[in-house]
Amino acid sequence: MDFLNALVAFLNFVFIPATAYGAQLALGALGATLIYGILRFSNFAHGDTMAFGTAIVILGTWWLQSHGISFGPLPTALLALPFGIAVTAVLVLATDRMVYRYYRRVRAKPVIIVIASMGVMFVMSGITRFVIGVEEIKFSDGVKFIIDPNAFKAATGLSEGLALRGTQLITVVTAAIVVAALFWFLNKTRTGKSMRAFSDNEDLALLSGINPERVVQITWIIASGLAVIAGTLYGLDKTYKAFNYFSLLLPIFAAAVVGGLGNPLGAIAGGFLVAYSEVGVTYAWKKVATYLLPESLAPDGLMQIISTEYKFSVSFAILILVLLFKPTGIFKGKSV
Amino acid sequence: MTLNWRNIGLFVGIGVLFFLEGIWDWKIGSDASEQFTIFAGSWNSMLVIVNLCLISSIMSLGVNMQWGYAGLFNTGIVGFVALGGLAPVLISSPQVPEIWVGGGIYRLVAGLALGVAVIAAAVALYGRTTGRTRALSMIALLVGGFFLYRAVLDPAVTFIESNNPATYGNVGGLGLPTLLSWPVGALFAAVAAWVIGKTALGLRSDYLAIATLGIGEIIIAVMKNEDWLDRGVKNVIGIPRPWPVPREIELQASSGFQEWVASMGWDPVTTSTILVKLLYGSLFLTVLLVLLWACEMALKSPWGRMMRAIRDNETAARAMGKDVTKRHLQIFILGSAICGLAGAMLITLDSQLTPGSFTPLRYTFTIWLMVIVGGSGNNWGAILGSFLIWFLWIKVDPWGNALMYTLTQGMEDGSTLKDYLIESAAQMRTISMGLILLFVLRFAPKGLIPEK
Repeated sequence: MDFLNALVAFLNFVFIPATAYGAQLALGALGATLIYGILRFSNFAHGDTMAFGTAIVILGTWWLQSHGISFGPLPTALLALPFGIAVTAVLVLATDRMVYRYYRRVRAKPVIIVIASMGVMFVMSGITRFVIGVEEIKFSDGVKFIIDPNAFKAATGLSEGLALRGTQLITVVTAAIVVAALFWFLNKTRTGKSMRAFSDNEDLALLSGINPERVVQITWIIASGLAVIAGTLYGLDKTYKAFNYFSLLLPIFAAAVVGGLGNPLGAIAGGFLVAYSEVGVTYAWKKVATYLLPESLAPDGLMQIISTEYKFSVSFAILILVLLFKPTGIFKGKSV
Repeated sequence: MTLNWRNIGLFVGIGVLFFLEGIWDWKIGSDASEQFTIFAGSWNSMLVIVNLCLISSIMSLGVNMQWGYAGLFNTGIVGFVALGGLAPVLISSPQVPEIWVGGGIYRLVAGLALGVAVIAAAVALYGRTTGRTRALSMIALLVGGFFLYRAVLDPAVTFIESNNPATYGNVGGLGLPTLLSWPVGALFAAVAAWVIGKTALGLRSDYLAIATLGIGEIIIAVMKNEDWLDRGVKNVIGIPRPWPVPREIELQASSGFQEWVASMGWDPVTTSTILVKLLYGSLFLTVLLVLLWACEMALKSPWGRMMRAIRDNETAARAMGKDVTKRHLQIFILGSAICGLAGAMLITLDSQLTPGSFTPLRYTFTIWLMVIVGGSGNNWGAILGSFLIWFLWIKVDPWGNALMYTLTQGMEDGSTLKDYLIESAAQMRTISMGLILLFVLRFAPKGLIPEK
C-alpha cells in the first residue's frame, strides 16, 4: 500500500506536471531549433512571439465566449488557436520582411541578427502589453479534472490523491499531434524536404533550385505556429502573464542546445530532459520517501535539492554541462 | 574619436537637451492633476539624470570593451551589475555584532569554503581519472560534498536569518569605507566572469549569449532569495555614503553652509540637495575619466590592435600565433569587472539595494542600446550613447503621456478609446527602445560616432 501511495505521489507531483511542462518546452524548442536550422541564428524574440500569439488567442477566446460559443469539454482557446497562429504568422512574416531579410541579403554575421532579434523582442513585448496589458489572466475553461483527486482516493482507498487536469492531458495530446504532423511534413512533403536540404547545406540547396525566400517564409510560419501552440498550452496549464514568456527563453534554449541546435528530434528530447530535471530537482521528495522508507529512517528535512526559485538554474546547469562535454548536443546538431 | 564638427555638434546637442531640462519648465495639460512634463525646469531633476548617465557610461565602457573591442556578445550584464551592487552591502554596511560567533558567520564562511573546495576537487579529479572510475568518483564526491556542504551551511543560515529579521537577518557588512566597496564590486563581477568565461568562451558566439543570459538570471535569483546574504526582496537600506558626500540634513544643519547660502541668497534645502548630487556626480565623473583614459590608451596600444585584429578575423589572428580564447577571457573579465564597478557605484548612489529592481530590460538591453547607438568600438561613442539613451529612457514616459493627452484632447471624456490610448502610453518605452535599436542597426550600424 505504501509503495502504491509513493507511486501515486510521484505521478501526481512529478511525472504528470513535468510531462506537461516538457511537452510545452519541446514545442517551444522545436520552433527555436527550426529557425536556427534554416535562418542560422538564435532567435531571442521567440519567447515574446509565444507571448504575443497567446495574447491573440486569448482575445479570440473572449470573442468566442462573448458569442456563447464553447468547445464542450475542451477549452475554447483551442478553437481560437488558428486565429492566433494566423495573426502571429502575419506579424512574424512582416518582421522578417522589415528586419531580417536585409541582414540575410548583406550576409551579416549571425551575432548581428541575434542583436536585431533582441530589438524585435523589445518591440514585440511592447506590442503584446499594448494589446493585452500586464495582468495575470486565466483563460482556461472546459473540464477541469480528468481524474479528480478526491474521487481517486475514494475509489482506490489510497491516502494519496491522483490529479490529472484537463489542460495537462490536452497539452500532451496536442503536442503529440503537432509533432507527428511536423515530422510528416518535414519527411514526406516536397516543401519539408526542401527545408531539410536547405538546413543541411545551403549552397547545394540553392544549386538544386530551391527558392530560399520561400523556405524562409515557410519556416517562419511553422515556427510561429509552434510558438503560439506552445504558448497557449503553457498559458492554459498555468496562467498567462506576458513577462513569464521571457523567462521561458532560457529553458527553451537549453532544450534546443541539449538536443543539438537545428535538430528537431533533439529539441523534443531536450525539452523533456530539461522539464524532468527541473521538476525532479526542485520537488520536495519527503512525501515519497516517507512512504518508501521504514519509519526509523524517515527524513527530517524536505529532501528538496534546491528551492523552486532556482528552477532556471537547472536548465542553466544542463546547458553548461552539455556545452562543456558535448557542444553539439546529444543528437548531432550544428556547430557553426 | 576624431575631433570634427560633427562629433562636437553631437555632444553639444546632448548638452543642450540637459540644459533645457534644467532651465525650461514646460508642462502640458490644463490642471495640476493632468500635467505631463516635457522638461522639468529643475536642476535637481537634471542632475539625477546626469548621475545615472555617468554610471551608465561606465557600464557602456565595459560592454564596449567586450563587444566593440572583441566582438563578445554578453547578455548577462544585469547579473554583473547586480553582483557589483552586492559589494557596498557586504563591505560598507555597519557590522552586525550578534552574528560574529562560532555558529554564525564563521560557520557560514566555512560552509561556503567547503562548497568551493568540493567543486575544485571535482575539477581536479576530472582531469586525473578516466572511464568508470571517473564517473563513480565524481558522483560520490559531488553527492557527498553537496550533503556535507548543506549540513555545515544550513544551521549558520538559519541562525543568521533569525537574528532580528525585521532589521537585519543577513550577514551585514564589514563597516569599511564605501569607496573601498567599488573595486570590490569589480572584483566580484570579475570572479563570476572568470567562471562563466572559462566554460562558455571558445565556443560559438550564440552559446556565449545564451550562457550569459542564464548567469544573469541566476545571479538575480540568488540575490532575491538568499536572505542571509542581502535580505532578498526585503531590500537593504541605509548603505553609508562615500567619503566626501554629506547627508543633506547634516549639510543644512552646519553653520558654515547656512551662512554661505544666506550670503548668496539661495534656498538652503534646494542648494543642499543640488550640492550632494554634484558631489556624487564629480566622484562618478572622476572614475569615468580615469577609465576613459585607460580605455583609450589600451585601445591605442599593441594590445588594443591585437584585440581588434582578433575581432575582425579570428582565424588570421590565430594563425599569427595569438591565443584567441585567452584574450577573449581576459577582455570578458575586464569588461564585466567594469560593469561590477558601475553596479557598486549605482548602489552607493541609491544608498539601498533592491534586488527586485534588476531587470534585464533595464540593465542589459539598455546598455547594449547605448553602445550600439553611440558606435561600437568607440569609447566616446559609448558615452554619448549613454547620455542620449538614458535621457530618452527617462523622458519617453512623460513625453508619451503628453502625446496621448494631446491626441485625445478632442475626444469625449470617458470614451473607451481615450482611456485605452492613455493607458497604453506606458508601453511606449519598450517599443521605442526596440525601434531605436532596429533603426540604428539597419541604417547606421556603425552608430553616431563610427569607429575609425
